[in-house]
Amino acid sequence: MTTRIGVVTFPGTLDDRDSLRAVRLAGAEPVSLWHRDKDLHQVDAVVLAGGFSYGDYLRAGAISRFSPVMETIIEQAKGGMPVLGICNGFQVLTEAHLLPGAMLRNNHLHFICRDQKLRVENAETAWTGDYTAGQEISVPLKNMDGRYTADERTLDELEAEGRVAFRYLDVNPNGSLRDIAGITNAAGNVVGLMPHPEHAVEPLIGTGRTDGLPFFTSVLKKLVSA
Amino acid sequence: MARVVVDVMLKPEILDPQGQAVQRALPRLGFEGIADVRQGKRFELEVEGPVDQAALDRIHKMAETFLANTVIEDFTVKVEA
Amino acid sequence: MSLDTVKNASETPDASQPWKELGLKEDEYARIREILGRRPTGAELAMYSVMWSEHCSYKSSKVHLKQFGEKVPQNDAMLVGIGENAGVVDVGQGYAVTFKVESHNHPSYIEPYQGAATGIGGIVRDILAMGARPVAVVDPLRFGAADHPDTKRVLPGVVAGIGGYGNCLGLPNIGGEVVFDACYQGNPLVNAGCIGVMKHEDIHLAKASGPGNKVILYGARTGGDGIGGVSVLASETFDDTKPTKRPAVQVGDPFQEKLLIECTLEIFKEKLVAGIQDLGGAGLSCATSELASAGSGGMRVELDTVPLRDATLSPEEILMSESQERMCAIVEPQHVDRFMEICEKWDVIATVIGEVTEGERLEIFWHGEQIVDVPPGTVAHEGPVYHRPYARPSWQDALQADDAGKLPRPQTSEELRAQVLALVSSPNQASKSWVTDQYDRFVQGNTVLSQPEDAGMVRIDEESNLGVAMSTDGNGRYAKLDPYAGAQLALAESYRNVAATGAKPLAISDCLNFGSPEDPDVMWQFAEACRGLADACLELGTPVTGGNVSLYNQTGEVAIHPTPVVAVLGVIDDVNRRTPMAFKETGQLLYLLGDTAEEFGGSAWSQVVHDHLGGLPPKVDLGREKLLGEILISASRDGMIDAAHDLSDGGVIQALTESCLRGGNGARVVVPEGLDAFTFLFSESAGRAIVSVPRSEELRFTDMCGARGLPATRIGVVDGEEIEVQGEFSLPLAELREAHEATIPALLA
Repeated sequence: MTTRIGVVTFPGTLDDRDSLRAVRLAGAEPVSLWHRDKDLHQVDAVVLAGGFSYGDYLRAGAISRFSPVMETIIEQAKGGMPVLGICNGFQVLTEAHLLPGAMLRNNHLHFICRDQKLRVENAETAWTGDYTAGQEISVPLKNMDGRYTADERTLDELEAEGRVAFRYLDVNPNGSLRDIAGITNAAGNVVGLMPHPEHAVEPLIGTGRTDGLPFFTSVLKKLVSA
Repeated sequence: MARVVVDVMLKPEILDPQGQAVQRALPRLGFEGIADVRQGKRFELEVEGPVDQAALDRIHKMAETFLANTVIEDFTVKVEA
Repeated sequence: MSLDTVKNASETPDASQPWKELGLKEDEYARIREILGRRPTGAELAMYSVMWSEHCSYKSSKVHLKQFGEKVPQNDAMLVGIGENAGVVDVGQGYAVTFKVESHNHPSYIEPYQGAATGIGGIVRDILAMGARPVAVVDPLRFGAADHPDTKRVLPGVVAGIGGYGNCLGLPNIGGEVVFDACYQGNPLVNAGCIGVMKHEDIHLAKASGPGNKVILYGARTGGDGIGGVSVLASETFDDTKPTKRPAVQVGDPFQEKLLIECTLEIFKEKLVAGIQDLGGAGLSCATSELASAGSGGMRVELDTVPLRDATLSPEEILMSESQERMCAIVEPQHVDRFMEICEKWDVIATVIGEVTEGERLEIFWHGEQIVDVPPGTVAHEGPVYHRPYARPSWQDALQADDAGKLPRPQTSEELRAQVLALVSSPNQASKSWVTDQYDRFVQGNTVLSQPEDAGMVRIDEESNLGVAMSTDGNGRYAKLDPYAGAQLALAESYRNVAATGAKPLAISDCLNFGSPEDPDVMWQFAEACRGLADACLELGTPVTGGNVSLYNQTGEVAIHPTPVVAVLGVIDDVNRRTPMAFKETGQLLYLLGDTAEEFGGSAWSQVVHDHLGGLPPKVDLGREKLLGEILISASRDGMIDAAHDLSDGGVIQALTESCLRGGNGARVVVPEGLDAFTFLFSESAGRAIVSVPRSEELRFTDMCGARGLPATRIGVVDGEEIEVQGEFSLPLAELREAHEATIPALLA
């Protein structure tokens, strides 16, 4: 049986088609999920794609977080289903309290689009198994509200438990605390990050690198071996 | 209809670059004497029916779960005359 | 104010009307009365005034634009030509591509963020209305002097607006320009282009036929945005001495537009519409009259059914409102329910506001009373046509006689080196990544090339790797010196840029930015530019598919440089074969293609070093451009070159700098025999490019150039960490990078 990975489309989601492509290139079966539909259509994992759901109105991710599909996703994520939140998807995950902290306007107040260097800090999560800890990768970053923030106690806890999954290298592009680019929950099935691995899956497209593909092959391996 | 206003502000400890940008612009525009600026959001709710304690409780809950993200923001609820 | 019905208008023929305030001339008002056989109602007057404005009717430019339809080159690719929302070309494999460039100049000066944002919104809806999925945007921008305080207000606002709106739509921004010149102070040029892709069978046209079909307005509610904006903004120049009419600025909602795109594409997919039109300038006046006149002519609209954001709007205001993010569709009755379902799925408000009728009149009602009864063609297409007087300006000869070749040139190698650094760090030649990093260039996952590459390129088919490329170019300095040649040079540069990436140029769109047509000098520039462009299109075999004219770009008596901006669209069968600009491989050979002459008129060097504009622009040789293009495309297809960069403003040294910095490699070059170092580095002769050739391909490449008669001169090799011009100077890449990349952030931070 092929592994089915769902990609959610909220109104204003932009990178859903890109994420579906990345899932396909990794060898899994991509499944489109619609925000109004509570049914996850037997998917084994879910990607919350990037974009500006609901125009980032109110706060990025704040309105999507209450959509019907999220009720099921929150429930199943708590039960161990792998969930990856990319950019706006990461914002949705923090708004839904599946991941701690919150995202604020970039410290320089501009939208920033760049090829961003990252260090994979945790290669044990459902989405990072195909990396090695300490590996440096480059994937596109593009956001307006990407400044990760949390209180000191939460940050210390994240560090102590190895839950900082990715850190910005060379340049901190948005003022995120402790250069945090992405985090995981304690169980390692829910991962969120601001940069866009789904834009780095083909050698010719975008930055010309495929550093993002292991996100999707990692979860596939994890699910197949489970 | 009565109006209830919910003001949402970033918590004092959270960096507010938008507010800082405004503050930096003030002297350039000839407005002196402003020590700090914080930018927030204001929601004006037109309430159907009486604004009693039950209504205020509902609005408080709404602000806590939706209008504000209490990880980074504080809010106040007040009834406008 | 009581309702001015058709009946009322017939009964009160002498009632005075504000035609003058609405921008109409006396004879135009008389003509409306003649057409209708009575005085127009208020609503009719509003419609005619806005549709007959310069912006909507092209009344000053029409007689010159005609040439683009007359001097049409033989080109099988053309599927839909001028006159529709945008032209459509065949790119093979059953795909069609539609593209267009438009201006949003005046609104962007008044309110940079919203002006630029709604400019993106408008061009994207134009493309969508053709039946295509928008796949990329480009933004040619021109601002006043880089160090002028107002540029600090306008530029960041415009860039944030383009980013804020475009990024939210999920359209990669793959190209464009950022140019500074004092002539654009007070009149920034904010042009926006969009590319859309569809299958041939999905082409949709703006027409309303089939009596009984429903007219559906969908998208945002109608508010008081930009009422009269089109007419007033496009008909009057800014003048500081008298209070200007500054109408409400339209505010964009990119989230609504994104929903409108997805909703419309789903509607297209199920083939639910018989005709479609976006609502842009002149709002419902334009959409209803254009749809009706392109169909059989009859349409009945119940205006009070239009969903409003502001309940106090009068019917005239509803007709003129330019609220953004709205579309108008003609739908057969049996498809209406499904149409509504899809709109509901995407949270888009949709309302049946009328239907197509048997007659030939556009009839509009307000609470049961008729307020409009017009032949729609008279509103949409039969506006006034002006033959504005034009004459070669008295100053043109003196300007051309002021030869840039006579300017003092650098005397020593040190001076030459210093001027190179001054050039590559000047605002026009410096890196624009501060701007382009605020745009999403990755979304949709099909971007093959984007800024600062010669042209943007996107893949349109994942199986076959079919792709399209686009470049936009213009050079107001060249056009000021000679508008005929300047327009041709804009086309030539854009053509060259597309060919440099390996794509075959197919067709063009243009955005013609000029001063006031009431000034015979400006009108001459416009006429010459149109003539030059049409002649060049005929010779290059690239038809004009459509475009946009922006006039009155002037403050008081001072017009901007004539600025025709040309967008060339190209196709590439396999994007794997694209040629990037970066020198990536050490040891590869650098060849200069084309001939270099002493041509400095309008050059970047003359501007940066001498603040001079005079003489003649570079000579145009379209036969050579075509040959160069063919060589670049063949070399890309057959794997003979690994990098290519067109030569334009800034000449050889600018191109070397950009390609070296992008690839992270230096270059050792020698000045070719017969040239002095200064001319070699700074001349802006057209029809040239630099390519990087793998050693294994050298013979094959030079044989091809030789056989086809294109001069190819070996000028050096990719190597090291500096640009070394032998016998003259060397510049470490780090120093070049600092000079090239620090300028714009320093100016705008």
